Amino acid sequence: MSPARSSAEIGALYQEMILDHYRRPRNKGTLENPDASVEIKNPLCGDEIGLQVAFDGDSVSDLKFSGRGCSISLASASMMTQLVKGKHRTEIDAIRNEFRNLMIGSNSAGENDRLGSLRALSGVARFPARVKCALLAWNALESALALK
Amino acid sequence: MELRADFPLLANNPGLHYLDSAATSQKPQVVLDALRDFYETANANPHRGVYSLSVRATECYHQSRARIAEFLGVRDSDCLIFTRGTTEGLNLVAWSWGMANVEAGDEIVVTGLDHHANFVPWQVLAMRKGAKFRICELTPDGRIDLDFLSGLLNERTKVVAFNHVSNALGTINPIAEIARLVREKADAILVCDGAQSAPHFPVSFDSLGVDFYAFSGHKMLGPMGIGGLIGKREMLEEMPPYQTGGDMIEFVHDERTTWNILPLKFEAGTPNAANAVGLAAAVEYLDNIGMDRVLSHERALMSAAQKRLAAIEGLHIYGPPPSERSGVLSFTLGDVHPHDIATILDGEGVCIRAGHHCAQPLMRRLDVTATARASFYVYNDESDIDALVAGILKAREIFGYVPV
Repeated sequence: MSPARSSAEIGALYQEMILDHYRRPRNKGTLENPDASVEIKNPLCGDEIGLQVAFDGDSVSDLKFSGRGCSISLASASMMTQLVKGKHRTEIDAIRNEFRNLMIGSNSAGENDRLGSLRALSGVARFPARVKCALLAWNALESALALK
Repeated sequence: MELRADFPLLANNPGLHYLDSAATSQKPQVVLDALRDFYETANANPHRGVYSLSVRATECYHQSRARIAEFLGVRDSDCLIFTRGTTEGLNLVAWSWGMANVEAGDEIVVTGLDHHANFVPWQVLAMRKGAKFRICELTPDGRIDLDFLSGLLNERTKVVAFNHVSNALGTINPIAEIARLVREKADAILVCDGAQSAPHFPVSFDSLGVDFYAFSGHKMLGPMGIGGLIGKREMLEEMPPYQTGGDMIEFVHDERTTWNILPLKFEAGTPNAANAVGLAAAVEYLDNIGMDRVLSHERALMSAAQKRLAAIEGLHIYGPPPSERSGVLSFTLGDVHPHDIATILDGEGVCIRAGHHCAQPLMRRLDVTATARASFYVYNDESDIDALVAGILKAREIFGYVPV
């Protein structure tokens, strides 16, 4: 095995959509009256993500994220907030599982692909050291849902 | 210097540009051979057996200690305790000396430049003992602020811990001046983290003016899992053992136990003899180059790299000027996260570290969460700088330049 990466893999990782969400994050900020508030850190790099969630019954009615991080962690957070807003928690759980599978490289896109724009992050699977970055926001969301 | 061929991992990967020696160094063939030779010709448990093979293993172990002590300017080689590395050496001082000598109301001083290994053990000790934990602040360019340090010192100061060279910025700290200040104003032990100095320039413990100095073998061409703590004999003699068990005892009675002499008092369990032999081979290799040449080689690379990186728009280099740094270059690039820089550089075959460098207190003081860090050693050359620069330009191409 070559000890380094190919530049093709790098190209597949940094897709336009990731850079766009990094530079223009959606749903960044804080909610006025969140039902759940979570802050988690990535000990590897010291990055942190705060997530605030408002619920309507068993659905996420609104959510915002804050914090500092790399393009992968912030783009993942930004896309996640877009995708899960308004969804029921069971559906969110399913999406989260699918996304985790994508990150460990075992997911194949089916007819009912729920991941949408998150597929732009599929290149991360080739970079085990960066999978944690992509999952940071999702772990925060999981904690927030557990608080509910 | 043309040493790349001596390092199998580098020789076998011509396109690889290894710029992370501050994290761990590559190993020359002579070190790998020494390890293998020990296991093939001398392997037995040192100190245990009466048979010749065990005697040979014991000799190899203690000859290695003597060789490493010579390299680090320690006349009394029994004052060099083998540890797993710098972290264990510093913990040894904190737990053995610290638990026995620090009282509630005493003060422990560390600096904002310290690695977690020389920060957290003291923070934990202070909490356990009800001592005050005080942090010496830095100058804007990342040096220990000596005026601030002077203001912290008083008759309650029991420990002053600092690093000889910052792993995150490369700052070479004025060890003699720090020692003079501390001796003048306090009755404290001086604990020096030498992880980044022992590999890069001549160090002579006996004239450093500190009480303890810890280092890691794997950062100086040696194997992982071996390093040392050097201490003054009178202090080591007074200190209680850090770990107890086999090898470190004199006699075990039913009710109590007496301790072996130095250095064995601090080396419980089967010693890491093979790695000690490997580390002795590493210092032999370094001595053959000459530590002055190691220093000048790194200085030359650093200045060249500094010039070329400083010319890149949006690239910010942290720390004092290259003439006051060891072979470390810590930087950020506009709003591109250091992890992204490191991943893109990986695509060009360039290995750098990105993150907080186990120095989160320093990152807070620099007001960043992370930096990218390139570090140089004996096997690096201009082509590594070329690849580094090309990789950084590639990162700019992918991300564009957005000023922070």
